[in-house]
Amino acid sequence: MGSVALSDRQLRIKSIQYRLKILKYIKMANAGHTGGSLSCIDILNVLYNRILRVSPQTFGHPDRDRYIQSKGHSVEALYVVLADRGFFGESELETLCRYMSRLAGHPTRKVPGIEHNTGALGHGLAFAVGVALTGKKDGRAYRVFVLLGDGELDEGSNWEAMMAASHYGLDNLIAIVDRNMLQITGPTEQVCRLEPLADKLAAFGWSVRIADGHDIPALTDVLSAVPFEPGRPSAIIARTTKGKGVSFMEYDPSWHHGVPDNQQYEIAQQQLEQLLREAGGGQ
Amino acid sequence: MRYMLVNMQNCRMVYGQTLVELGREDDRIVVLEADLGRTTMTKLFEKEFPGRFFEVGIGEQNMISVAAGLALCGKIPFANSFSVFATGRPYDQIRVSCIGRLNIKIVGSSCGLSDFGDGATHQAIEDVAIMRAIPNMTILSPADGIETKKIVRAAARYDGPVYIRILRNDVPDVTAQTGEFKIGRPTVIREGTDVVIFAHGYMVYKSLKAAETLEAEGISVKIVNVSTLKPIDEKIIRSMASGTKGVVTVEEHTIIGGLASAIAFSLRGTGLMIEAVAVNDRFGQSSLNYEQLLEHYGLTVEAIVKAIKKVLR
Ligand SMILES: [Mg+2]
Repeated sequence: MGSVALSDRQLRIKSIQYRLKILKYIKMANAGHTGGSLSCIDILNVLYNRILRVSPQTFGHPDRDRYIQSKGHSVEALYVVLADRGFFGESELETLCRYMSRLAGHPTRKVPGIEHNTGALGHGLAFAVGVALTGKKDGRAYRVFVLLGDGELDEGSNWEAMMAASHYGLDNLIAIVDRNMLQITGPTEQVCRLEPLADKLAAFGWSVRIADGHDIPALTDVLSAVPFEPGRPSAIIARTTKGKGVSFMEYDPSWHHGVPDNQQYEIAQQQLEQLLREAGGGQ
Repeated sequence: MRYMLVNMQNCRMVYGQTLVELGREDDRIVVLEADLGRTTMTKLFEKEFPGRFFEVGIGEQNMISVAAGLALCGKIPFANSFSVFATGRPYDQIRVSCIGRLNIKIVGSSCGLSDFGDGATHQAIEDVAIMRAIPNMTILSPADGIETKKIVRAAARYDGPVYIRILRNDVPDVTAQTGEFKIGRPTVIREGTDVVIFAHGYMVYKSLKAAETLEAEGISVKIVNVSTLKPIDEKIIRSMASGTKGVVTVEEHTIIGGLASAIAFSLRGTGLMIEAVAVNDRFGQSSLNYEQLLEHYGLTVEAIVKAIKKVLR
């Protein structure tokens, strides 16, 4: 969809820039879901810059690809990417979570580029089944990509939707699980065991692949290979790290909904700017 | 029981037939079912339009979110189950659809106590209260087969979330064949001057019977069919009550959060005496006979007569 194809290196640089912006606007708002946004940002980067056939100009078109972020709490990542793709002006990011702002703490349809209100967990996949069903019935070629949190899979409604998706043979539906192994209370496997997740998804009739959720070429490959099997919905378990890119946020569930203090913010910025230099994008 | 010379219709059947008619007129109409199509009568739609009928199994949360997806792609989805499951199990999913003001139609069959045999788990006596609390929701409750048809068609025309309550059993016609149904407009079923009854669903018929009984005693009762339970037009309710000596509300629903609440609030400050005939904050139970159950919960002609006399005292 991009007018100029970006290289892997350019996308790696973008990912770090996105991370810096996520932290910047969460810090400005003094509110936000930091850890999950950092864990899914590479997925959003590849989706919006390489995979999705949607742009601000085509957002109203019935044939556009759909992206539905069921784990709505990581909306800061989505806002940053949508602004970068021109769905709205970058300056609006400064209004994150503010009174009367469109950029609420969870996605709403008021924001250009956002398909549906999400954030109440366990809704996005079933909603996507409805969108994918319409695509099939109306003979439209669009694909529907849904990003699910791993903790979110505790909600039984996901599994109702999993059954419906395979029952209706929705190979235009792709679920990506942001498998960062954490939820608010702690590790997913301690809160309510999800494993063997790939086997479960396969048993529900999905075609499953596992990928490194921070590796740009790997994500590109797997997201370009959909549907994995004709007649089946595709699931990608994206192995990620919650808080990715900021050493003290990684693997720490307390950053699910944490805002760095001034000192922490400075350290985080320094770490990300170092990564940016290493990636060849530093100033 | 006295033999009544009235036309009886089954609202579920009328609903199913109306869906089929709508399906013929508009190919955006699609139907979702959670494994109760043989009793909600969506099986009629399935038979004629198998490609526009989506069975999701016993999963109401999934059903409502799938309907939301269909609605946002331009379809007009009717999602079906019993009232109790259609509103209770997917409450959060309905709520999110209402935040987005999505064009979904939720149809609750076997409303109130009308699923008399199945008992408390299957009887919806608080569905109106929970749906009323959600902003952007419209709630419709037809009184008979004639109105069921009009209401289902009006819901399909209206752009936004709607919850419709459908009666399970055969009920006598009480509304006029002619005249258009307008969302938000209550209708006078019977003129009267002493007391006004506000009722909905099958209780409109019970109210008519009560009015007939009281006519013999020289008490003149007006009956208003409040088939739109939300939005309630306060001005119309006040004008319909003005000039009377008292008000009675009658509903097959808990006394909390339904018609009684809506009317009492609408009439605040008028000084009118108000009594409510409703299920008194209790769950239902099984019975082999619908009327027996209505009697147990005090939803009878006698109870309405008593309430009217009370407001006149
Ligand atoms: Mg997680």
